[in-house]
Amino acid sequence: MKRHLRLVVDGTACDGHGVCAELFPEHVTLDRWGYPLLEGAEIPPRLQEHADRAVASCPRLALHLVEVPG
Amino acid sequence: MRAAVLSPNQHLPAASEVPRLLLGLDPDGRPVGLEEHLSRWGAMPWQRTRMTLIDDLASSGLVGHGGAWFPVATKWRSIRGGGLRRPVVVANDAEGEPASSKDELLMACLPHLVLDGASAAATALDAGRVIVYAPRHLVPIVGSAVAARRRRGFDPVDIEVVESADTFISGQESAVVSALNRNAPLPTFQGKTPIRTRGVGGRPTLVQNVETLAHVALVARFGPAWFRGIGSDAHPGTMLLTVHGRGPGPRIVESPLGARLGDVLGLSAGVAGRYRGVLLGGYGGGWLPAQTALDLPVIEQAARHHGTSLGAGVVVLLPAEACPLAESARVVRYLDQQKAGQCGPCVNGLGELADLCTALAVQPARLSGHLQPLLDTCALVEGRGACRHPDGAARFVRSALRVFGDEVTAHLRGGPCAQVGAPSVLPGLRKIDLGARSRPVRGRR
Repeated sequence: MKRHLRLVVDGTACDGHGVCAELFPEHVTLDRWGYPLLEGAEIPPRLQEHADRAVASCPRLALHLVEVPG
Repeated sequence: MRAAVLSPNQHLPAASEVPRLLLGLDPDGRPVGLEEHLSRWGAMPWQRTRMTLIDDLASSGLVGHGGAWFPVATKWRSIRGGGLRRPVVVANDAEGEPASSKDELLMACLPHLVLDGASAAATALDAGRVIVYAPRHLVPIVGSAVAARRRRGFDPVDIEVVESADTFISGQESAVVSALNRNAPLPTFQGKTPIRTRGVGGRPTLVQNVETLAHVALVARFGPAWFRGIGSDAHPGTMLLTVHGRGPGPRIVESPLGARLGDVLGLSAGVAGRYRGVLLGGYGGGWLPAQTALDLPVIEQAARHHGTSLGAGVVVLLPAEACPLAESARVVRYLDQQKAGQCGPCVNGLGELADLCTALAVQPARLSGHLQPLLDTCALVEGRGACRHPDGAARFVRSALRVFGDEVTAHLRGGPCAQVGAPSVLPGLRKIDLGARSRPVRGRR
């Protein structure tokens, strides 16, 4: 079954290390304080590998992939 | 849909009249005891509650009155389907908003109506625990109400009482659960495991505002058709409003949904000029021009159409003499002080918003005529917190800039107005100092 995923960040855990924006700039940029701004859209399959790496590399484990409803 | 079959009920109150929740209020403000409560409203139909209450709540159209306006039946169904473990029901009386006191009134004066609703929820959801989360000064009242019920074996599940934190955000659902799990009373990230699945003690948890539970107690007794006997088809029922600026102290008013706010407040259209503006929904809500507010139907969608929210029912009438920008700056400073301090955008952004709003009020030259930094910071905090605190702050700031455009222009062009140093007329904000000096008043600029 094909999974429809998007990124969410746990703001209470995120310290603004910026690893996500470094590893996955296609969907993550940083605001002027250094916290991630996420592209809310579904992650296309060709970018899935980058999303997974960003999630796994977050030093605060603050980045998550969740199912897009519907 | 199943038709409601009700036995003839000698206690059935008129469906089309207000007050409804507040019908049994003691004129001296004493808590209504269990005997008096039952002689007014009748016994709780536990069997019917277990079988049909959730469907009845769906038919009734009851929505939550803690501020989120979420359909009650939808919320309960999401919890019932939450797993094999028996859920926990929390009656949420943590009313952190300093401008709101309707939940306090309900719990202080009509505790059994709220407790009936909590027990009805526990019955319908087959919950294993019921917890009332209430501020310290109400714990004795709730405690003796619970003791009276315990003596009669009234409730299917024993009711626990836990003292709430007294911060602005203490009533946020995940903050309530966090406190009940003996962690800090702060919101938690809900994106992975929401409290409806893993809440108090890891169990599926319903956190429901106490006014909502009082409505539930009446739906359980009198059914959805009775509930829909007031309000409009799309927006049935009533809601409690906490009104400031009509006489000394706050007044609690029960309004039919859909009624014209001016009528509910006893204000004709001609008196709008007495007020600089009207704050709806409290400090996470937003301002409306006085005329717009008086003509507004008491419906959440109407409030949202104008960029604000009824929230938990706060209405503050701002006198024409007040400086709305100074009052707004105090609100934003308060919201900054009351943030949980967990999420980066909120930690950084709310301080900026408070500084910029304070500058606009007392030192507008610092803005060099530009409002864009304020709007940019609003956009940077919106939707980026674990809770909606930053969203409320941004909505409040945007509403102030929109509704008080004339005052904004006057401040930017000519400096702060003469009223800017006057003491705050908003509830709970007197201690917030903007650093403004009062100047001799020679009329408004």
